[in-house]
Amino acid sequence: MSETTPAPATATPAKPAPKAAPAARHAEKKPAVTLATMTPEMNAVQQHFGEVLIQPAPFEGFLVTDPAKVRDVALFLRDQLHFEMLSNQTAVDYPAENVIEVVYHVSHISGGRPLCFKTRVPRDESVAVPSVTPVYPGAEFQEREIYDMYGVRFSEHPDLRRILMWEGFNGWPLRKDWKEAYYEGDTKPFDSRWPGGHHKLAEERVPWADNVNYPPGFDPNAYVSNPDGNLYESMLTGTNGHELSAPEIDIGADTVVGVEPGLKTDQIIVNMGPQHPSTHGVLRMVVRIDGETITDLKLVLGYLHRNHEKIGERNTWLHNIPYTDRLDYICGMANEMGYVIAVERMMGIQPTERAEYLRVIMAELTRIQSHFWAIGFVLNDLGAFYTPALYFITERDLIIDLFEAVTGSRMMCNYMRFGGVARDFTPEQLARARELVFERIPRAIDELERLLSDNEIIKARTIGVGYMSAERSIAYSLTGPCLRAAGVPYDIRRADPYSIYDRFDFDIPVLYGGDVYDRYRIRVLEMRQSLRILEQALNQIDQTPAGDIQAGKKAYNHRVPAGQTYARVETPKGELGFYLVSDGGQNPWRYHVRSSSFINLNSMREMTIGQKVADAVVILGSLDIVLGEVDR
Amino acid sequence: MGLLGTGILKGLSVTLTHFINTYLEDLKYLGRKAGVEPRPLRRQSPKNYGLVTVEYPKERLPLPENFRNIPFLVRDSKTGGDKCTSCGICAKVCPPQCIWIVRTTDPVTKRPVPAPKEFYIDSTICMNCGYCAEFCPFDAIKMNIEYELADYGRIQEMILDKERLTKPDTYHAAIHPTDWAREQAEKAAEEEKKRQAEEAKAKAAAAKTAAAPAKPAAPASQQPNAPPQA
Ligand code: SF4
Ligand code: SF4
Repeated sequence: MSETTPAPATATPAKPAPKAAPAARHAEKKPAVTLATMTPEMNAVQQHFGEVLIQPAPFEGFLVTDPAKVRDVALFLRDQLHFEMLSNQTAVDYPAENVIEVVYHVSHISGGRPLCFKTRVPRDESVAVPSVTPVYPGAEFQEREIYDMYGVRFSEHPDLRRILMWEGFNGWPLRKDWKEAYYEGDTKPFDSRWPGGHHKLAEERVPWADNVNYPPGFDPNAYVSNPDGNLYESMLTGTNGHELSAPEIDIGADTVVGVEPGLKTDQIIVNMGPQHPSTHGVLRMVVRIDGETITDLKLVLGYLHRNHEKIGERNTWLHNIPYTDRLDYICGMANEMGYVIAVERMMGIQPTERAEYLRVIMAELTRIQSHFWAIGFVLNDLGAFYTPALYFITERDLIIDLFEAVTGSRMMCNYMRFGGVARDFTPEQLARARELVFERIPRAIDELERLLSDNEIIKARTIGVGYMSAERSIAYSLTGPCLRAAGVPYDIRRADPYSIYDRFDFDIPVLYGGDVYDRYRIRVLEMRQSLRILEQALNQIDQTPAGDIQAGKKAYNHRVPAGQTYARVETPKGELGFYLVSDGGQNPWRYHVRSSSFINLNSMREMTIGQKVADAVVILGSLDIVLGEVDR
Repeated sequence: MGLLGTGILKGLSVTLTHFINTYLEDLKYLGRKAGVEPRPLRRQSPKNYGLVTVEYPKERLPLPENFRNIPFLVRDSKTGGDKCTSCGICAKVCPPQCIWIVRTTDPVTKRPVPAPKEFYIDSTICMNCGYCAEFCPFDAIKMNIEYELADYGRIQEMILDKERLTKPDTYHAAIHPTDWAREQAEKAAEEEKKRQAEEAKAKAAAAKTAAAPAKPAAPASQQPNAPPQA
């Protein structure tokens, strides 16, 4: 492939049993493929589209053999079979077969397992896949990401540009033959570490060094305004492909939203971020404003991109657990839970009872502390600097003190294991958890409500701001509290239950305002429901034997049977999914994170248009994103 | 909704409560255990409703026993040697691959000796996950509790070699009393088992070397040290 840098001349010389190249590894495992069984939904699709077009796919879902038909299939699934939401979209590279597979997961809002369908395009970029954004607008960022990472083009996509990498980047980094800077080997563990591990700095030991490589015709010295210029220009002329960008707007015209007719005003482009305290990390919002009113908004992402997924595919299955902590670093254990559940599903193992309880306790405490944090920082964005935020951080600190005591770390907990958890609670720690859940946190939430819920300034600033209807939220694949604040009671804990959530008595709160105020209130209500779960879990956990926290023998070299799975959990931010493909080896063949923060940002544009600049900050805060998970 | 402004007043009452509670807490502690119970403990108590500032670095929060930061190697104070057998498990489970081990080989027999010759942890890369300590079968590597590790240099200071990594087991016992107790409790049984196993192994090995002296460099050292090209 032209975009990959040449193989290192000095790579490990002839070895008796070299690690098979990825392509070979995959080809070798090929015979073990099992075809998915046809479900009623798949039969319906097959009847409608015919057998030639639809085939059972390896392992899961079905294959749309003609990529050109993907959008029709999506439309059929949405309108006839009521898969209203696109949960996940990603791609997998199979160099041995010279194809890239684009994978879609669609869900019913009413619940149930997601339906998976796929299509395959050759790796040479000759075939474009019709974009499903007209059917599922939530695909916008995901398709851009697939384009960015795999080089799959999507026809009729409104804005197909790189999203996480910059424009001067050459190559498709998630393809199996792409070698990153400081590349050492396809899979860990690396042979150089033991038994002859003389330490050598990365820059001295690898031939790949910084591995910088520009696309043909790209001059990094000339890179000042060109790609950004395109971005700005498209925003100013309204040619960035979105229907919503009010194409009739042209600069200086008097038809602009929110401007009195007859008044000639100039619209200007303002960059907020990437280094801006309001963006909760390194996120750049490019806004076109007319006075104080936002008329268009574009997000520029990727400042925190480290290719988590590539790292994940180099890692062994076990190595990935601590890395998931770094996704949404506010709720590390919620991420771990999603990942271990996905791997357990593929390995066909079950954690012990006690481990299930401990996981639920940790996940719900994580939800509470994350919501405390989110609410505190929305208040910051509103201009109530730090007084409320610090009150809630005080409470959150009590929770993460407990995390630290149990797991050893306040945020990077690395607590879950396949088939169990790393440590049991001691009786004192359980007592502390009970004290928090039964005494301290309920009071703190009451106090939070007294402090904020009736506050007239907060209401004036947030009611009706950043509104998004239920239909648009679903279309944009918005999940988590923001979706539930728009009137859709969709929560994975109920919609597609995992772990032992089916045992607990709790409600999925739902509000109908769809604005920033309801996104705040829904979090308060969810904290109370989490407390309900915690109360039950802490009462029931004593019925399980102490210390029984690991099913089977603790191992470090897991082999996961060939197959694939999409497992999802409800984190405080929304639906977190892991799409994993195994070729039967020690490392994932594909490790994809369906990140709710990232996909929730899809809807940001529509929420902010017509609002004031100061409100954009609040709307972003109400989405509660964490850039570690957005950029991955 | 009531009168405009009542919501704000309600909120302000919360702020006022915090303000008053902070002084009440101080009074409580003045009367009872001034200077006995330090502020950090009050800050960590769910019973405290005031606002507490821990004046780091003069005061520090107490660390829980499980707290983990860069690992260290344990030296057996009885034998004076490393507990590490250079089995390489920690190097394999280390997610960012920051552990480097050179195994010792016996100069005569060319067989691996269960002790590391060199042992490095690149602490700039270590992610403090604790896997090495968790999966080491010999309790030879443990997580440290030191956290003020900033330094000016990157190579001498941050790439820890065996000497700088090694700490006596008394240190381990002091910072991890529970873990140490578990180790001690297991030790008797373990040692017994190990001794028996070793005896059996020695016998078997003796029989094997006697039977087949032609293949001394059997499984363990089959990899011809694939070090980076010098
Ligand atoms: S520290 Fe433990 S796991 Fe690592 S090489 Fe030594 S004995 Fe093996
Ligand atoms: S703590 Fe984790 S990252 Fe650090 S040396 Fe041990 S295994 Fe490696």
